[in-house]
Amino acid sequence: DDKLLTEPLSHPDFFSVKELFTLKDLFDARVHLGHKRGCRHRFMEPYIFGCRLDQDIIDLDQTMQHLQLALNFTAHVAYRGGIILFVSRRRQFCHLVESTARACGEYAHTRYWQGGLLTNAHIQFGPGVRLPDLLVFLSTLSNAFEPHVAVRDAAKMNIPTVGVVDTNCNPCLITYPIPGNDDSPAAVELYCKLFRMTIIRAKDKRRQSEAVEELR
Amino acid sequence: TLRLICTTAAVQRKNVGASGPEKYTEAFIKKQIEEFNLGKRHLANMMGEDPETFTQEDIDRAIAYLFPSGLFDKQARPMMKHPTEVFPEQRKIQWGEDGRPFHFLFYTGKQSYYSLMHETYEKFLNVQKHQDQLTAQDLPLQKEKRNLAGSRWLTKIELEEMLLEKLSDDDYSRFIQLLEKLVALPYADMEENYIQKFSKEVPVQLQKVVIEPLQYDEQGVAFSTGEGKRKTARATAVVYDNGTGKITVNGTDILHYFPVLQDREQLLFPFQFLGRIGKHDMVCTVSGGGRSAQAGAIRLASAKALRSFVTEQEVEFMRQAGLLTVDPRVKERKKPGQEGPRRKFTWKKR
Repeated sequence: DDKLLTEPLSHPDFFSVKELFTLKDLFDARVHLGHKRGCRHRFMEPYIFGCRLDQDIIDLDQTMQHLQLALNFTAHVAYRGGIILFVSRRRQFCHLVESTARACGEYAHTRYWQGGLLTNAHIQFGPGVRLPDLLVFLSTLSNAFEPHVAVRDAAKMNIPTVGVVDTNCNPCLITYPIPGNDDSPAAVELYCKLFRMTIIRAKDKRRQSEAVEELR
Repeated sequence: TLRLICTTAAVQRKNVGASGPEKYTEAFIKKQIEEFNLGKRHLANMMGEDPETFTQEDIDRAIAYLFPSGLFDKQARPMMKHPTEVFPEQRKIQWGEDGRPFHFLFYTGKQSYYSLMHETYEKFLNVQKHQDQLTAQDLPLQKEKRNLAGSRWLTKIELEEMLLEKLSDDDYSRFIQLLEKLVALPYADMEENYIQKFSKEVPVQLQKVVIEPLQYDEQGVAFSTGEGKRKTARATAVVYDNGTGKITVNGTDILHYFPVLQDREQLLFPFQFLGRIGKHDMVCTVSGGGRSAQAGAIRLASAKALRSFVTEQEVEFMRQAGLLTVDPRVKERKKPGQEGPRRKFTWKKR
């Protein structure tokens, strides 16, 4: 049992996450497109490649690295049987995110976030609830273009977060930010596909390892 | 569970009231059901009856016999019910042994409502996709309207019962708006089965009051009956045709039963209105109420009986005259702090 948990940690890319996406895929899905220069957040400046006709372009090399780290982390969490909660407050992609979560066997929350969900969980749900072990944000902003409450709550409850940060978002409180576009349908579909594939891969690998251990 | 550091003992004490109602596991409920069934058989043995055919009513009677209680509140008395009635559905714990919740929308708080919205939106997208495919093939759109008149959507309370969850008015209105949008699409017939789960039929109510036809007794004389009420008085009247205008109340003539002229005028008003004073006989029975109330009740009963003898236009005239309307006035209750329904206590300056 110990061996099952420690073995993946010795490899840098145990789940071979790099082969899931290429730079061309990201470019075709329009992940590099940011918002206008006026909407730019101060802390996103390191991730921005440049500005063309007043529109920010995100550096896809950095995005590749961050995406690889983030997918690797989600894969490890899924391998250890952690609860992953997909959060997004964009109305266009609410159905897509919920279907992705259902397909993975994980959980989603794309509706109005009640204040005490994470911080007051024992009273809202009942004693003995298990909180999510990872929060995945497909969009860090809420409907009012303000930072989503879940970012701050997860930081309070020591829950690691993975989030797609656009040029108008604050990447500070997110453990594994992924600088990229969160508005285009193509980009969001790409992210959903990648997360789904990583989680399913990780879970399959877990089942295989357990079967191999049992045979011994 | 969380462990707080650097706090006072008062904060660490368990706040019993703050946590919601207790949650029960599936295994616990199963054990309760087994215990209930065993207990039922023991009870049947004790009462000397057949354990196989021991119904819930028998259980209630047996418990009332073995544990007699004079408590006023029926729900405070000892009772033995099936565990599914005692432990409400929604209080079951929603996660498994490893802690993972069963439903994928558990962390939203309102899982059944949001899963319903998710499913409905999925049906909506399916219908739109189908429509797009057909427009791509250049086929005409068929517009078949559903029968809107005879159906209504579920009310908020019915939806709450279906989902076993509390809803807010906003949530309910959003759901109904989504259903309306789905129904408005041309090819919504694909999802007819799904939509029917949320619509109920409203039977078209008959506005017309059925007037009973005339009945004939042994001599061939036509008669009809009517019932009437006023305050606490209840009356039934039988009006016979080919009569001399004789009216009998509770076996006595009206001159003896109603000495006051006003009451007799009330009785005769329907006949006078129709101009049939000397043409009908009436036998009535009345109970309850006072003098005027009984007179009013018989008036209504006789007017209802006369409807069978008369044309529809005259029935309409009677209705407009107020002969067929039940008088809703009853004695108003006395309020505390006042001497009567309206009269206040005497005001004293000092």
